[in-house]
Amino acid sequence: MAEPGVKPLTLNFGPQHPAAHGVLRLVLDMDGEIIERADPHIGLLHRGTEKLIEYKTYLQAVPYFDRLDYVAPMNQEHAFALAVEKLLGITAPPRAQYIRVLYCEIGRLLNHLLNIAAYALDIGAITPFFWAFEEREKMMEFYERASGARMHAAYFRPGGVHQDLPAGLIEDIGRFCDTFPRHVDHLEELLTENRIFRQRSVDIGIVSIEDALDWGFTGPMLRGSGMAWDLRKAQPYECYEALEFDIPVGKNGDCFDRYLVRVEEMRQSIHIMRQCLEQMPAGPVVVQDHKLTPPRRAEMKTSMEALIHHFKLYTEGYHVPAGETYTAVEAPKGEFAVYLVADGTNRPYRCKIRAPGFAHLAAMDFMCRGHMLADSVAILGSMDIVFGEVDR
Amino acid sequence: MNQALHDFGDYVATAVPRHVLSIEVATDELAVRVDREGLLRVLTFLRDDQNSQFKQLMDVTAVDHPDREERFDIVYNLLSPKQNQRIRVKLATDDSTPVPTASGVFRSATWFEREVWDLFGVVFSDHPDLRRILTDYGFEGHPLRKDFPLTGYVEVRYDEDQKRVIYEPVKLQQEFRTFDFMSPWEGMLQPRGPEPAPESDTAPAEEKG
Repeated sequence: MAEPGVKPLTLNFGPQHPAAHGVLRLVLDMDGEIIERADPHIGLLHRGTEKLIEYKTYLQAVPYFDRLDYVAPMNQEHAFALAVEKLLGITAPPRAQYIRVLYCEIGRLLNHLLNIAAYALDIGAITPFFWAFEEREKMMEFYERASGARMHAAYFRPGGVHQDLPAGLIEDIGRFCDTFPRHVDHLEELLTENRIFRQRSVDIGIVSIEDALDWGFTGPMLRGSGMAWDLRKAQPYECYEALEFDIPVGKNGDCFDRYLVRVEEMRQSIHIMRQCLEQMPAGPVVVQDHKLTPPRRAEMKTSMEALIHHFKLYTEGYHVPAGETYTAVEAPKGEFAVYLVADGTNRPYRCKIRAPGFAHLAAMDFMCRGHMLADSVAILGSMDIVFGEVDR
Repeated sequence: MNQALHDFGDYVATAVPRHVLSIEVATDELAVRVDREGLLRVLTFLRDDQNSQFKQLMDVTAVDHPDREERFDIVYNLLSPKQNQRIRVKLATDDSTPVPTASGVFRSATWFEREVWDLFGVVFSDHPDLRRILTDYGFEGHPLRKDFPLTGYVEVRYDEDQKRVIYEPVKLQQEFRTFDFMSPWEGMLQPRGPEPAPESDTAPAEEKG
C-alpha cells in the first residue's frame, strides 16, 4: 500500500510500444513497481467495420473480415460465411467444407506461431521470432496459391470457397505437414525448459475457471485454466465432427499453461490437416445455385442467363431472408462470432462482430493487479491481442 | 430441437413470471424478450439455475430501429458450457431511459456495455465506468445509430502551421454516393434455400437461353 500523502505514480504505456502488440494505450497506476490499477485505452485502430458493413452487400462485406484479426484472416471470414449460410438455409458442399477446415487450421498455426514468437520476444527471447516467421511465410504461400493473396484472402464466401485448390497444392501442404512438427519441437527446445522463460511466465496472471467464465474468456485463455471447451468439439460446424483431434487443457491457468496449450494445439492442427488432406472428397467447391454464387466464366461466354446472374450478383447481390443469427466459430484466439440481423434486403441490417480479444483485454485490470510492471507485458502477450479485431 | 428450445423458453418464463414478454425460436436459436425491470432477474436466474447454468455472457450489443417507439434492441448473447446451449435475451429501450447494468451479474458486461453506450448512446444505470471506448477522445455522437452518416461529421489532419493534429468538418472530394440496387425482379428476392431434391423425369427440362 502507498503511504498516506504519497500519490501513486501514473505510467503511460504505449500506444507506440513494441510490447503493446499494436496500438494499446495502457494507463497504469503504480505503487513502486507494483500495478495497482490498469486502464487499457483502446479504439486507436477503430475503423467502423460494423458501420461499413451495413452499407455493403453481403459479398462485399467479406473482405472486411480479413482485416479484423489479420494474423489468421480466413478464420474470421468463416464466421461470416457460416452466419449468412445459416440465414439462407444452405450448406457448403463437402469439398468446400474440407478446404475451409484445412485453411482454418493453417490460420490457427499462423496465429499460434506469431503469438508464441511475439510472447517469447516480449519476455526476452528473440530467436523464436525469426524461426516462426520462416514457417509463417510458407503458410502464407499456401494462402496465396489458393486465393491469390498472402493475407487478405476473401476466400471463404457464403456458399463455399472462391476457387478450387490449384493442382499440386495438396501434395505441397502434405509435405509441409511432415516437416512442420520438427519446427514445433525446435521452438519447444528453446522455450519450454528455458529457465528465464519459465521464471517470466509460471504463476503469472493466474485465472481460475470461474473467473475465466465470468469474464467471457474463450479459446486458449479458457482452456489454459483447465476447462476443456472447444466449439469445434462442443458445437461442431463444417466437417469437424468427422475429424479426430484432442483438446489440450492447462492446469494452473497461468501464462505458461496458455503457452503450452497453444503449442499442443499446433500439433493437433497438423493432425487435423493431415486428415483433411487424406479425406478430401472431389466435387464442387461452391453451392451450385447461381442466384447465390457466380456462374463459371466459360459458361458466361455462351449463356445469356449466366451473364445476367453474374451481373446481378455483382451489382445488386443476393437477398437474405429476414432473421437473425449468432454464429460462432472457434477462431485461434477464442470464440469469434457474428451476430447478423438481416431484413430481407441485399445488405445486412446489423452485423455485430464478437471478437475474443475484446473480452480478454477487458480483464486486463483484473489480471494485472498486484503484479509487477514487467509482468503486464507477459500477461498481455499471453492474451494474444490483435488490435484489428479488438477495435474493429 | 426447436421443441426443446420452446420448452426451455417456457421454463424461463415460468421461473421469472411477468417479466418475460415473448419467446422466439428461429434458425435453431432461442431468444427471449424481457422488460426492463426483469432483466437482471432473468440474467441472474439463467446464470445460477441448475438447469440453465449460462455462466458466460458472450456479447452485448444493440440494434437500432429508428422507426420504432423504443428504437433500440439491447441484445445479450449467453452461453452455457454445461448444457452446451445458447440463449439470447432482448430488451427494447429508447435513447433516454437507462437500462440496468449487467456488470454486477457478469463482469464481462462492463466493456460490452461501454461499447453500446459509445456506439449507440444507450445509458446504463449503476455502471461502474461508463466512458467511451472505441471512438476518439472527445468524440461527439453515436456512430452506429442509423441516422449517423457513414462519412461522419469531422475529419482530422496534421496542420503544418499549428504543428498539431486538427479537427475539421468533413469535406468530401466527391459527394457521398449510395446506390439503390434493389430491383423489382423476383429472381433475386428469393434465394432457393436448401438444394432441392432432384426432380423426377416428368418435370420439363429447364430451357437455357
